[in-house]
Amino acid sequence: MNAQVENWVAIGPLSEIPRQGSRRVLWGKTKIAVFRMSDDRVYALEDKCPHKNGPLSEGIVHDGCVTCPLHNWVISLETGSAQGADEGRTRTFPVRIEDETVLIAL
Amino acid sequence: METQKQKLVIIGNGMAPGRMLEHLFDLTDAYEVTIFNAEPRVNYDRIMLSPVLSGEKSYADIIIHGEGWYEEHGITLHMGEKVVGIDRVERKVTSDKGTVEHYDKLVIATGSQPFIIPVPGKDLPGVLAYRDLDDTEAMISAADKGGKAVVIGGGLLGLEAAAGLRLRGMDVTVLHLMPSLMERQLDEASGYLLQRALEARGIDVKCRANTKAILGTDKVEGVELEDGSVLEADLVVMAVGIRPNSGLAKEAGIEVNRGIVTDATMRTSDHAIYALGECAEVDGRVYGLVAPLYEMAKVAAHALAGEETAGFKHSETPTKLKVTGCDLYSVGDFAEGEGREDIVLRDAQRGSYKRVILKDNKIIGAVLYGDVADGGWFNEMLRAGTDVSDMRETLIFGQAHQGGGSFDPVAAAAALPDDAEICGCNGICKGQIVQAITDKGLTALSEVRAHTKASASCGTCANNVENLLKAVLGDAFEKKAEGMCGCTPLGHGEVRRLIKANHLKSIPEVMQELEWSSPEGCAKCRPALNYYLVSDWPGEYEDDYRSRFINERVHANIQKDGTYSVVPRIWGGKTTAAELRAIADIAEKYNVPEVKFTGGQRIDLLGIKKEDLPGIWADLNEHGMVSGGAYTKGLRTVKTCVGQEWCRFGTQDSMGLGVKLEKFLWGSWTPAKLKLAVTGCPRNCAEATCKDIGIICVDSGYQIVYGGAAGLHIQGTTELGTVATEEEVIEITAAITQLYREEGFYLERIYKWADRVGYDRIKSIVLEDKEARRELHDRFVFSQKFAQVDPWAERVAGKDAHEFKPMAEFKLEAAE
Ligand code: SRM
Ligand SMILES: Cc1cc2nc3c(=O)[nH]c(=O)nc-3n(C[C@H](O)[C@H](O)[C@H](O)COP(=O)(O)OP(=O)(O)OC[C@H]3O[C@@H](n4cnc5c(N)ncnc54)[C@H](O)[C@@H]3O)c2cc1C
Ligand code: SF4
Ligand code: FES
Repeated sequence: MNAQVENWVAIGPLSEIPRQGSRRVLWGKTKIAVFRMSDDRVYALEDKCPHKNGPLSEGIVHDGCVTCPLHNWVISLETGSAQGADEGRTRTFPVRIEDETVLIAL
Repeated sequence: METQKQKLVIIGNGMAPGRMLEHLFDLTDAYEVTIFNAEPRVNYDRIMLSPVLSGEKSYADIIIHGEGWYEEHGITLHMGEKVVGIDRVERKVTSDKGTVEHYDKLVIATGSQPFIIPVPGKDLPGVLAYRDLDDTEAMISAADKGGKAVVIGGGLLGLEAAAGLRLRGMDVTVLHLMPSLMERQLDEASGYLLQRALEARGIDVKCRANTKAILGTDKVEGVELEDGSVLEADLVVMAVGIRPNSGLAKEAGIEVNRGIVTDATMRTSDHAIYALGECAEVDGRVYGLVAPLYEMAKVAAHALAGEETAGFKHSETPTKLKVTGCDLYSVGDFAEGEGREDIVLRDAQRGSYKRVILKDNKIIGAVLYGDVADGGWFNEMLRAGTDVSDMRETLIFGQAHQGGGSFDPVAAAAALPDDAEICGCNGICKGQIVQAITDKGLTALSEVRAHTKASASCGTCANNVENLLKAVLGDAFEKKAEGMCGCTPLGHGEVRRLIKANHLKSIPEVMQELEWSSPEGCAKCRPALNYYLVSDWPGEYEDDYRSRFINERVHANIQKDGTYSVVPRIWGGKTTAAELRAIADIAEKYNVPEVKFTGGQRIDLLGIKKEDLPGIWADLNEHGMVSGGAYTKGLRTVKTCVGQEWCRFGTQDSMGLGVKLEKFLWGSWTPAKLKLAVTGCPRNCAEATCKDIGIICVDSGYQIVYGGAAGLHIQGTTELGTVATEEEVIEITAAITQLYREEGFYLERIYKWADRVGYDRIKSIVLEDKEARRELHDRFVFSQKFAQVDPWAERVAGKDAHEFKPMAEFKLEAAE
């Protein structure tokens, strides 16, 4: 594996992700949660909570974080790290927007 | 003589004598107390009439001493009796109803009378003063009819009246004689900002307006001004000032000047008689705000108990206006004058204005508009006579900018001296609060309020009191924080109240107006706010799907592995062979890994993939089944037993009633889940006595019980009452559900809500007050119009389709 290699794939138009919401992208067996903030920033994380693998794409989105639906851990969308007293980190994927199309680097 | 109690008679039952008695009972039990009150009620917080007028509080919320308090202290209270004569020779008083009471000591606390300007038409029906609950209620009922109101007087009372009437939907004009509003408390610049803020709320303000006459024949129809112009009016409120109510004392030959003249111990020219409150004049001054009156109350109590005090001393009381969103603070002297210096800071963008007036390097006055956070700090230095030469440059920027470092309000509270006044209304200093916290082990704002009265009146110092709690308790405090969540110090109750009072109708609006500290809230407050808005504005508010927990967003229960469970409604637990067959077929068609009977008399299909949800729902819908709401903070199940139809002990049709109730209640959103049961006889096979609402059928009708729980906490229900017909059961169930919907805090089950607000109160509203019950029922029925839509059918039809399918799918190779 070479960390330098980035393979950008288009996942669809920005408008298909609700603001303050998310969509799921399937990549083989890996599930990726793609979030769109109120200010249209977009983040992609593996859809797997560092606590007990809860589906982050189903959480409530607020202030750059998502609250996991299973046991309320709060995960930073930018870094994938658990906030507050909880420890753990979820894999993140680079995101780019070109002509209203969202691309993520797999 | 020592065993015999002395007789203390009090004329007037307002805020001042109420407070005096609290002190007196702490000091001595030497008196047997009798009170005459011209108003037909107990002692209440007059200050809070404005929130009652605006709808933010009710009369019950503002009672200071309930009837039990008078009983407990053996006080005779003559309500609705006005004293008409004092006989100083015989030492007795006589009331308008002929009651005669002898006294050893007499306290006159007759307050003030509103001043009515002597213009033609002043006695017409529809012309009101603003002084007591009767006035307030008269204004509320006038406002219910809508129309135009004219408020004469642009001072504190007039503006609070105007804001309240406007919130109740009237067209309001304020007439003010002077060039700018509240000229006794505000300078022109801040008066102007205030005027603009009121105008932005739709209140018309006319300054330099001199009333000539009130027009109308049988009732008020308009107001004519000196300049000849005429304003239409269905209601006129006169709030142009108050006069000490000293006539009775004068007739009795007691020395009266502007008010009843007293010495510094509140004793009048007759040494058996004391006067306190707004009717009293000490050292040439009369007062119209409670803080000095409470000081008088303390002094008088000590004098009556025979204890020495330093006596009453004048001090400046800050003024605040209780109009939500118009923050102003004014204290001391701000007139221009020889040797006075002003420091002014304006921030047009934020609509704020600050002015501090100095003399000999000491603060003598401050006027703040908009940003009032530093009011207390300036006042503290004013009282203490602090020399401010060292911080002149930064003074106006406030406490946060003194001595570098970032501002920590808790540290600032910790640094205050013990005699710093925290609660202006009640004259409570830091030392008293800290002592109460440590001596009594207090951990919450509400407890400090109960023990010290700090923040119990106008409430604007609540933040400061809380900072003191934090300073004293350190980390121990955090756990007891009363705010809804970390985004606001406001508790659920306050947020609910303000949403209604300020007509806040969206989550961003609530966050903006109530000054949320985070831009988008968090997973705790957002669902709560969404519920409050859904419940308060049926038909108007559009549900915010992004603020719903996943279960309520996709209308199924999320499982530990990310799959979902699906529970269709099985009305009252009654099913049919056809329904069962359909469920069986669907379970096979979708390879449902687990089918289970729930504890709620219905069937759970577990382990369903998210993308299969719309398909399963479509199939269930096709067989007449809708969402069971097994995931909602809303109606869950109505369990029934077989009852009269089959059981040899059954007394009524419990299954039939259960089905009716479930069909009536389904779809409603409630603060937490709502579970019912109807059981056919007291053997209770449907477990009605541990449900949120339970119906126990008996021979004579239906016994209604509520407030049960059998989850994390086990609690038997409390009886509400027994009624004869199913119609009454349904109406009362709707009323109790609606009251709970309107008052409950998010995630608070009925039993917690009832424990908090009181079972007697709930009973008096939903059972005994037939009119209130009907109104609650009607509001519930109205909101059901918007709630009874099957969420599954909506999603089968395409709503939120993006939830149920991935946005994109790539084979692993795509990355290579
Ligand atoms: C399915 C069911 C268990 C079963 O297999 O029988 C069930 C399942 C769950 N219950 Fe329950 N409860 C079920 C009947 C009950 C009952 C019995 C009853 O209603 O008669 C109770 C006790 C009665 C009561 O509520 O007072 C009950 C008290 C709870 C509680 C504790 C509530 C409380 O206020 O103390 C929770 C936790 C909560 O809500 O926060 C809970 C929470 C849950 C959750 C939603 C846990 C969760 O948050 O994911 C479970 C969802 C499982 C799923 O995905 O389906 N469940 N739960 C029952 C569904 C009934 C139905 O048809 O809708
Ligand atoms: C709408 C409103 C808003 C206010 N807001 C504020 C505020 O924000 N901050 C603040 O500090 N102050 C405020 N005040 C002022 C404050 O309420 C008064 O200063 C305080 O209530 C006066 O207390 P008191 O005991 O002297 O008189 P009151 O509370 O007026 O009580 C006098 C009582 O005596 C009774 N009485 C009179 N004559 C007789 C008689 N002959 N026999 C028997 N009973 C008699 C009256 O019926 C009345 O009940 C407000 C007042 C009003 C009306
Ligand atoms: S008792 Fe209820 S919440 Fe607990 S495991 Fe069983 S179903 Fe889940
Ligand atoms: S799995 Fe996310 S908090 Fe437990």
